[in-house]
Amino acid sequence: MRRSRLHTPKPHARPGETPDFSYLELSPAGVAPRPDINVRVRDINGLAYELIRVLDDEHRAVGPWNPHLDPSELQVGLRHMMLTRAFDDRMQRMQRSGKISFYMRSLGEEAVAVAQCMALRPTDMLFPAYRQQGLYVVRGRPLVDLMCQLLSNTRDMCKGRQLPVMYHWREGNIFSISGNLTTQFPQAVGWAMAAAIKGQDDIAASWIGEGSSAEADFHHAMLFASVYRAPVILNVVNNQWAISTFQGFAGGEHRSFAARGPGFGMAGLRVDGNDFLAVYAATQWAAERARMGAGATIMELVTYRAAAHSTSDDPSRYRPKDDYDRWPLGDPVERLKNHLIAIGEWSEDRHAALAAELDEHVTQSWRQAVTYGTLTEPPRLDPHLMFADVFKHMPEHLKKQEAQLHAELAGE
Amino acid sequence: MSTRITYREAVREALREALAADPRVFLMGEDVGRYGGCFAVSKGLLEEFGEERIRDTPLAESGFVGAGIGAALGGMRPIVEIMTGNFSLLALDQIINTAATLCHMSGGQFHVPLVIRMGTGAGRQLAAQHSHSFEGWYAHVPGIRIAVPATIDDARGMLRAALASPDPVLIFEPISLYNMEGEVTEAASAVRLEGAAIRRPGRDLSVITSGASLWKCLEAADALASEGVEAEVIDLRMLRPLDDAMLLESLARTHRALVVDEGWRSVGLAAEVGMRLVEQGFYELDAPVARVCTAEVPIPYPRHLEEAALPSAPVIAEAARRLVGHAK
Repeated sequence: MRRSRLHTPKPHARPGETPDFSYLELSPAGVAPRPDINVRVRDINGLAYELIRVLDDEHRAVGPWNPHLDPSELQVGLRHMMLTRAFDDRMQRMQRSGKISFYMRSLGEEAVAVAQCMALRPTDMLFPAYRQQGLYVVRGRPLVDLMCQLLSNTRDMCKGRQLPVMYHWREGNIFSISGNLTTQFPQAVGWAMAAAIKGQDDIAASWIGEGSSAEADFHHAMLFASVYRAPVILNVVNNQWAISTFQGFAGGEHRSFAARGPGFGMAGLRVDGNDFLAVYAATQWAAERARMGAGATIMELVTYRAAAHSTSDDPSRYRPKDDYDRWPLGDPVERLKNHLIAIGEWSEDRHAALAAELDEHVTQSWRQAVTYGTLTEPPRLDPHLMFADVFKHMPEHLKKQEAQLHAELAGE
Repeated sequence: MSTRITYREAVREALREALAADPRVFLMGEDVGRYGGCFAVSKGLLEEFGEERIRDTPLAESGFVGAGIGAALGGMRPIVEIMTGNFSLLALDQIINTAATLCHMSGGQFHVPLVIRMGTGAGRQLAAQHSHSFEGWYAHVPGIRIAVPATIDDARGMLRAALASPDPVLIFEPISLYNMEGEVTEAASAVRLEGAAIRRPGRDLSVITSGASLWKCLEAADALASEGVEAEVIDLRMLRPLDDAMLLESLARTHRALVVDEGWRSVGLAAEVGMRLVEQGFYELDAPVARVCTAEVPIPYPRHLEEAALPSAPVIAEAARRLVGHAK
């Protein structure tokens, strides 16, 4: 007798097993075609399955997606990625030594935020998830400001009202990060709709992890972006792991996340997320397509979360210790560095010097940040601040509650 | 000068005025365009303002509330229509975890000037899943303003005030009132998004209510008046912020209070209002605060059972008589 059986997705390897990334279905660099930006969705379904790659194994930039960036721009990109990494590394250590309570690194996926942000205009609105700190680095927010948020001190941009890493920056056109996942996706679409209604050619871009594509808001956003052809880029950062569940649990077995695009009538691009040049070029393509009114794009950035999900989990409990060592798409910083060396625009010595300079910059930034207060040392945020901004103008009942708190604190 | 129109027409007039006055305003929701909205509120507006401004959406509440938040951040003044309160449950995270929190969490940097309108309440035989009164529930949440227009003037005037608010505003339109007719008066142009209103003055007890229950309370007050009991009927209008001052002023005159709420009794709006009276007006009270609420059951479908579950004029009148010691 036949009976139904439930399938349970299995990761390629668990702790103690040998990593095997053959499930990835990699295309060689330079092979994926680059269509016109106003191409019909049905004519590019293949790009949702192939992998757009520019950097080949010899560190050369090859194929139609090569964005032909000036070496000086590549050096800037490298610097941004390295600064993001140096910042992450230091904040991780600060959490371990008890200086901050929580942190999330973007180790191994720095090219996503950095290359994408560089390919967009400063007036484009960004709706990130919690692992795109590279956006802040590219748009020039001083590290001190990010550190003050992590410390929740007197210079905290959130005034003590959000978890560490949940930054925002209105002047920099970067929206607040949400703890509930994927809520920023339909919001990005709405912002893009407003831009189009107003007749501006700014676009919106948003990011989620592949695990979060399971949320209903993902599907709503895809539908709205497709139905109204909103000028938006919806990015799914497939870093293989949503804490302990691998990408198969989000529906990534045997089909790509980019392939959700054609299902909604939207362009879908699957991109080597550790290839700075490919990420830049694909984003440029999607941005231009959105700007000219040809519609939204979903971009899957295939990468690997080299670090833990956050400072609260231990990846060695759910994946092999040498998983990342065998990851076939390498490290985005190393790949761009090797490309620059290959074209004669960089050297190991310059790289080491830059790394030391950035490390010192992080050190100096931290020294400055702690002067505005730490989790344990004054100066501290004024408790009265918590009553402000609940409404734009403080209502009577909050004035009363503020006065009550004032009296309580005065009586201590 | 005054004009006699329905509550539905009053809301439509408010929408028309808002759309004409500000190019940033647009209406978005399910079936708001060709169909004119599930309660026919936006009927004719598509023809008048076009599909860019009367925007039909896919059936995804979290999607269009999320998009409304984004559009508000992007400089527009979206009015999002959610058919009835129950459907807002599908957008709860967007409303409570983004719209209501964003200004605060972003240290005052981002504002969400979003207006969400939705039908509320029972009385139309729509049964358990479409007859909720969640306005008291939403009023629990800091960061959003909760408006419940119960009169023609408020139906006509609250939208303008809501669009002028820098904070997100939820307007709950009682679906049993859409066909109600009444006068639009001069007062409609001066409607504010704060304060309760005395709808009938009286000296013997304060009857405090909101939404569709207002009319049941007024009916009960008529019956009481014929017995020589003068009830003062107060329409809360705004559930956040609540107008404590007016309630206490009324209590200082009547020394008795009855709270009538179409929401469920336990842990609800009536409990909050009653507690405020006790907290701040205890020494004015000549009798315990009383309340009449909806039976704590999912709202039934048959007319007689639905009516039995809801506050009714006779039940309100009887509660008032007990309160003043005139029980039959």
